[in-house]
Amino acid sequence: MTSTFLQFLFSGLTLGAIYALAGLGFSIIYNASHVINFAQGEFLMIGAMATVSLVGLGLPLELAIPLAVAIAAAVGVALARFAVVPAGDASVVTVIIITIGASILLRGVAQVVWDKEFHALPAFSGTVPISVLGATMLPQSLWVMGVSLAAILALGWFFGRTMAGKAMLAVSYSRLGAQLVGVPIRRVLLTSFALSAGLGAIGGIVVAPITFTSYEAGVMLGLKGFSAAVLGGLGNGLGAVLGGLVVGIAEAMSAGYLSSAYKDATAFVIILVVLFFLPNGLLGHKGSERV
Amino acid sequence: MMLEIRGLSAHYGRIEALRGIDIAVDEGELVALVGANGAGKTTLLRALSGVHPASAGAVRFEGRDITALMPERRVDLGILQVPEGRQVFGPLSVEDNLRLGAYRRHGPDVEADIRRMFQMFPILAQRRRLPAGTLSGGQQQMLAMARALMGQPRLLLLDEPSMGLAPILVAEIFTAVKELKRQGTTIFLVEQNAHAALAIADRGYVLETGRVVLTDTGTALLHDARVKEAYLGL
Repeated sequence: MTSTFLQFLFSGLTLGAIYALAGLGFSIIYNASHVINFAQGEFLMIGAMATVSLVGLGLPLELAIPLAVAIAAAVGVALARFAVVPAGDASVVTVIIITIGASILLRGVAQVVWDKEFHALPAFSGTVPISVLGATMLPQSLWVMGVSLAAILALGWFFGRTMAGKAMLAVSYSRLGAQLVGVPIRRVLLTSFALSAGLGAIGGIVVAPITFTSYEAGVMLGLKGFSAAVLGGLGNGLGAVLGGLVVGIAEAMSAGYLSSAYKDATAFVIILVVLFFLPNGLLGHKGSERV
Repeated sequence: MMLEIRGLSAHYGRIEALRGIDIAVDEGELVALVGANGAGKTTLLRALSGVHPASAGAVRFEGRDITALMPERRVDLGILQVPEGRQVFGPLSVEDNLRLGAYRRHGPDVEADIRRMFQMFPILAQRRRLPAGTLSGGQQQMLAMARALMGQPRLLLLDEPSMGLAPILVAEIFTAVKELKRQGTTIFLVEQNAHAALAIADRGYVLETGRVVLTDTGTALLHDARVKEAYLGL
């Protein structure tokens, strides 16, 4: 009984860590521009597919991964530069629709550049399951959780301790105030896309040995990352992490105890519940301010 | 002239908010711009900081045409603004707000300047670790002013510094403005509170529906019959 529960919990934490990274990507871009970037899932896919290709070319994993993350970040910057910046002062909804278009384009390009097959990455350190209190865990799950934790801590340090990070946050608190102290908001926007894409790619890569990847793997990962960000409160980093873990665990539990047929529905039920009862999310701030 | 505005126009969509403005500010001067709500005062300051585009005309700063310069490059030149409604970074600490004021600067003198701001506005020193959003309106106004000063302004643009403040705080803010002028900062002050602004200004301009309709010394405007009737409620 306990061991089954533990088994589901491990699998939920592994998934949750990936959703947290995707959710953080949504929040970073939302903070810089109030845009919800629906191409976020594609960054996870590009990271994983590029790694598969590079490994296929004979590159060792430790070289292929940073290169694939850089490729995804470059795609992110290009998306911002050529699709978001030219929209100028268009309404946020317009830009959101642009990102939906971009996600379809990126999937199409991925089909052409790569193919329509499923691909697996080799596990980073073997596939011999580790036994913990009667439950078993793949070594790759530890990689997923460890790498996600490291990325989240690095991000926390960047936004909480460095002036460059605080300047990016300042743009979300007061765009005008930030412009008036000389924060270059266009560069902040490009940086936010680079960060989100790189972060997404890391998530997509570490999870690829467990879940496989394909040109359309980003769709579900992106939507669940979005659920995580909304559940935590859009724009709140800690909220996105918490939201990711909740969505991941809820998904694993419902797949285990109810039916795996409904596992993808869990995230969307959570979105609906949040929108009905907690529109600001778990940690989101209320829409009020001192005047 | 330090700042020369010539024939400046600006639009909000199809509405022309500024219609051919001519204004000049000399180094060391305190120049006030008064006018009713909606006259275009805030639009003018936004155009000067580069956060609202000019649709015609030119702005020159120290002889250089800055009409199309990015906002951050204007900060580099020393054009700093205290915007309407403070625009402090609410969740960040008072100290971080000040550090961000020095975002375009580097070096150890930033810390010395923060200490200087704490001497000038002691209440900010007491609240240095608190989120800026927890400060009262008057304290936020002081923080916004200190944040702009952290950018080492050569020209300080003040937008409605007295708005929404209790009279005692208004007096405190205007004392700080006078002190800055005494120290040699060039100041362009936009105010609805025409009396307080003109009383401390060297020169003043009156703005009505996007046009400069009157200009003279501060004292002369204060005693001008039209100004008295329209803005001083006398």
